[in-house]
Amino acid sequence: MTSQTLHDVRFSEPPRTRNYLNVDYGVFSWLLTRDHKRIGILYLISVTTMFFVGGFFAFMMRLELLTPEGDLLTSDTYNKFFTLHGIVMIFFFLIPAIPGALGNFILPIMLGAKDLAFPRINLLSWYLYTIGAIFGVYVIVTGGVDTGWTFYTPFSTQYSNTKVFATTLGAFITGFSSILTGLNFIVTTHRMRAPGLTWFRLPLFVWSMYATSVIIMLATPVLAITLVLLMVERTLGVGIFDPTIGGDPVLYQHLFWFYSHPAVYIMILPAMAVISECVAAFTRKRVFGYTFVAYSSLAIAFLSFLVWAHHLFVAGISLYSAMIFSFASMLVAVPSAIKIFNWTATMYHASVSWQTPMLYVMGFIGLFTIGGVTGLFLGALGIDVHVHDTYFVVSHFHYIMVGGTVMAYLAGIHYWWPKITGRMYPEWWARLSALLVFVGFNLTFFPQFIVGYVGMPRRYHAYAPEFQVLNVLSTAGATVLAVGYLLPMIYLIWSLFYGRKAGSNPWGAVGLEWATTSPPPLENFHETPVVTWEAYDYPAFLKAMRETQHV
Amino acid sequence: MKSDFPLFPEQASTVAGSVDTLYITLVVVTGAVSLLIWIAVFYFAIKYRRRPDNELAQEIEPPMALELAWTIIPGIIFIGIFVWGAWVFFRIQRPPDNALEVYATGRQWMWKFQHATGQREINTLHVPVNRPVKITMASEDVVHSLWFPSFRVKRDVLPSRYATMWFQATKTGQFHIFCAEYCGTEHSKMIGSVIVMDPREYQQWLAGGPEGSLASQGERVFQKFACNTCHTGDATARGPVLAGLYGKQVMLTSGNVVVADENYIRESILNPQAKIASGFQAIMPTFQGQVSEEDLLKLLAYLKSLTPPQPQSRPLAPESPASLIQSRGARATSPATASPVNQGNQP
Repeated sequence: MTSQTLHDVRFSEPPRTRNYLNVDYGVFSWLLTRDHKRIGILYLISVTTMFFVGGFFAFMMRLELLTPEGDLLTSDTYNKFFTLHGIVMIFFFLIPAIPGALGNFILPIMLGAKDLAFPRINLLSWYLYTIGAIFGVYVIVTGGVDTGWTFYTPFSTQYSNTKVFATTLGAFITGFSSILTGLNFIVTTHRMRAPGLTWFRLPLFVWSMYATSVIIMLATPVLAITLVLLMVERTLGVGIFDPTIGGDPVLYQHLFWFYSHPAVYIMILPAMAVISECVAAFTRKRVFGYTFVAYSSLAIAFLSFLVWAHHLFVAGISLYSAMIFSFASMLVAVPSAIKIFNWTATMYHASVSWQTPMLYVMGFIGLFTIGGVTGLFLGALGIDVHVHDTYFVVSHFHYIMVGGTVMAYLAGIHYWWPKITGRMYPEWWARLSALLVFVGFNLTFFPQFIVGYVGMPRRYHAYAPEFQVLNVLSTAGATVLAVGYLLPMIYLIWSLFYGRKAGSNPWGAVGLEWATTSPPPLENFHETPVVTWEAYDYPAFLKAMRETQHV
Repeated sequence: MKSDFPLFPEQASTVAGSVDTLYITLVVVTGAVSLLIWIAVFYFAIKYRRRPDNELAQEIEPPMALELAWTIIPGIIFIGIFVWGAWVFFRIQRPPDNALEVYATGRQWMWKFQHATGQREINTLHVPVNRPVKITMASEDVVHSLWFPSFRVKRDVLPSRYATMWFQATKTGQFHIFCAEYCGTEHSKMIGSVIVMDPREYQQWLAGGPEGSLASQGERVFQKFACNTCHTGDATARGPVLAGLYGKQVMLTSGNVVVADENYIRESILNPQAKIASGFQAIMPTFQGQVSEEDLLKLLAYLKSLTPPQPQSRPLAPESPASLIQSRGARATSPATASPVNQGNQP
């Protein structure tokens, strides 16, 4: 008998058995594991490490920008720091973070599966990521790279005398780790859903991860091609992008952004995945407009491929292609707006908990809204001409990437921490750090909108004196933000040893991951679940909970 | 004069006002919508916070009308923003015909400006107030971007290709020039000033031109590279007649017709085999790597200054391709008379 009722799945506490953590303690049981949960942990450790490496570079940049003169770092060092900050954060943190760490861990459990479809490929993806990251670290310790994370030609192919080849090779290899993860998620979602788990019973996390995986599969190969062309030109002198040997530098920009704009959605869709889960769990409600939210993820995946040239409005594309890309950029804002409205509406007549993940959700809605609407400014051609390549852009994408993705990452870490580790984090400290992150973030990045519009270009080591006040505010904010990010490192590690034991379902949340023990057993479920309920079926769940309490 | 906490750069061009108006409108509209969202989030979070009597959320079936409303209404607003933004963009992109021509070269890490009258400047650009100025520019190395924050205009400066931008300053004074596209070590030093002058002062400044007009300098480059051995100005010569070429359509041996704009002329000098004018042999050697960016701009100014003796003598006739670019008897007129330099100086 594998069939279980809703009630059984959610409330039975199976006898304490071996879980995925205590099943084996050897080093090789980790390094050669095929368990998606352990691979998720490997990713969690790797991406968090890279986050602090990237954060270090950011903090040094903020210190340099405290004064208008370039006095703390040399120009070359500063240029290397912003380049490494971008490369580390984008390729080694933002893109793999949520899919690699949380997606690997949670997605198969949400589907009621024992593992991803291709466990060995999953392990390979972590190794590819690690090899790519080793190239990154090699570049950092052997002198750095100064092209900007965008590697614009012909600077990167003919003029920079830093470690461009090793860096692009690292990014190229890491790209394959993304592709393998995307492949695994797509196949797993199609083939390994539990009995009864139809597409429209899937948690929105899965929809969003699915959309992410589609973008990864279609866009990342283009990045691989582009980087190979760049390496060929740099090492062999074949004229592809350098006009003096017959190439076209704008072609590079088209190819680069054909990947890198969809990559923005590779970074934000997983964040939206986490937010949908947390909104439902901490309001005890089905996400408002489930189908609209689900389809909006697919709409984003589709439209994200039609907007790349909005990065080239002042690079010399024709008036009419500029208009087409501006128009498409306006359209891609609609599905994001739909999500924001629906999440907000979910809170209406809800039972809103003020626990840490929900604080991050509220922070996310606030910050992502600012990031989204400032995207409209940039999509509007007349304004883009002025603010392109200024701090306005820097601020805009940090509101999306940090205000959006990092906030959601932290929300997800706190939300699933009891499931992953079996322990609760200290709530008071966590709330404090959520507050510090929110305040520090706004203080860091809001002034950058203003300083950008006033005229400060990005990637400037030294700047005009009238920009100083806003830069000082920004650096002050970065200090608060740094404290906000370091705190969770401390209390989460503390909680591993001293945290209160979490039961199967500490939040009273609906979802297959809360129906199994914390930490889950190696095979995720003691019995294969059979799904007979809709996603986020809180009324039935809460009714059942009351009944168990009253019996 | 400059505030410690500025919100806007100075408005010193004809388009600055319309860019700022759009910007302020967007700040107000998106600010209001964002505020509504935040108020809703906080109101709901407090009003519906979890209490013992509130353990169960109330399930609400989302009304389709509401879903459609917040899909369609933002869509319409966004498209409105697009239309307005595109309208401003057209104003920014389309130079008026009577613009004063200035040439610029970007290189790591300086800006060089050349005026039609022959003045050359580094990291400083003098322009008259209330007169459209069109800048034709190219980079000697990597991609740069010329930005005048106070004019709200910016354009990437590409290697081996001409880009143009224009503005009309409305205020005299000194304003920033920044390189906006990251270009290497001293990117943040690739800055300068644009000095907007009263027309009379601008005349005086121009009068100090040391080396003759840009076109006459271009004629010297033309002779230095011995271009005139083939481009003699004679219709039967080995090279096409160049007088009046600029802006005309040219029939190619491939059968295509191209407009002889800046980029065509540039390509014809650096890579002459790429497009061969119909009726001529592909015998011109390449000048790639021999002519500097600045000399190219001088040549361009020179070619633009050559006026054909019989302007618009014939309608363009594709069946007689040679006529497209040759006008019999045209000769390179002396730069003293043909130079366009003075037409830019009328107040």
